[in-house]
Amino acid sequence: MSERGTGSGQPAPRRYPLPEEEIAARVRALESLLIEKGLLSSDAIDRVVSAYERDIGPLLGARVVARAWVDPEFRQRLLADATAACRELGIGGLQGEHMVCVENTPTVHNVVVCTLCSCYPWPVLGLPPNWYKSPAYRARIVIEPRRVLREDFGLDIPDSVEIRVWDSSAETRYFVLPERPPGTEGWTEEELASLVTREALIGVARVTVPEAARR
Amino acid sequence: MGEAGVERVIANMEGAAALPRRNGELVFESPWESRAFGIAVALYQEGVVDDWEEFRRRLIEEIGHWEGQQGADQASWSYYERWLAALERLLVERGLLSAEEIEARARECRREDAHGH
Repeated sequence: MSERGTGSGQPAPRRYPLPEEEIAARVRALESLLIEKGLLSSDAIDRVVSAYERDIGPLLGARVVARAWVDPEFRQRLLADATAACRELGIGGLQGEHMVCVENTPTVHNVVVCTLCSCYPWPVLGLPPNWYKSPAYRARIVIEPRRVLREDFGLDIPDSVEIRVWDSSAETRYFVLPERPPGTEGWTEEELASLVTREALIGVARVTVPEAARR
Repeated sequence: MGEAGVERVIANMEGAAALPRRNGELVFESPWESRAFGIAVALYQEGVVDDWEEFRRRLIEEIGHWEGQQGADQASWSYYERWLAALERLLVERGLLSAEEIEARARECRREDAHGH
């Protein structure tokens, strides 16, 4: 069994406990029954799906990080109460009620997991990627974070840097305030936000400046 | 849930729309995953189920069942299949749907599939 491929490779082929056609039929059955009984409308489901597919994603978290990089007072508020600070930017909602932002520094690297299921700050990160939900990541990142970051994500954290693993739950959902990359002095907030990836917000990548964008 | 619902979040998205997405991965691997997701969240957004924790607790239990079963390995792991199991249980245990009608309708949907709909 391979636990690799969480970084950039193709998703591993998998079989479902039930045949996939069977699962898909069950989902359609639920939807049609709920609509018939007037409990839900197709529109309500469509709205949720399109919101999460198109509109709610890590770009919101990227906006939060960029603001924190350019506005030290916002950064203080973010680290003190992430839910309130995100609300200032109009960002909030389901699964974002108790968010905590943890700051990377030259001596501390933070990484986020949910060992219990897959708690995740939806409003700032969208839906979790598959690797975040995988039993392998959830189990291993707690036990050997330095090794998982290196082997699965190609992120080398020197031994001199402390790694802190944050276990999300219904009570508290964490995201990472990554370090601002060098060479971005004078960049606008929007330009900075374009550098911030979902992986950096979870703590499995650094924020870097692509070659083409260097000045 | 707080005062900021999904709709409000979307309403606040206008200015950010110009930002490039840094998200190469598809959110959903197949349409049924997105529908299963949408149904659970919509139940909550529409107030049919008032506490999201009711779903989340069952999702944790269903994931726990998978992890506890003999021979559980990566190949049989499907997050959204666990999600669906939790959703079915929520609907039945809250008395919104019966297990029998779910089974019956699922069989009908399968028959439609077989006829190429």
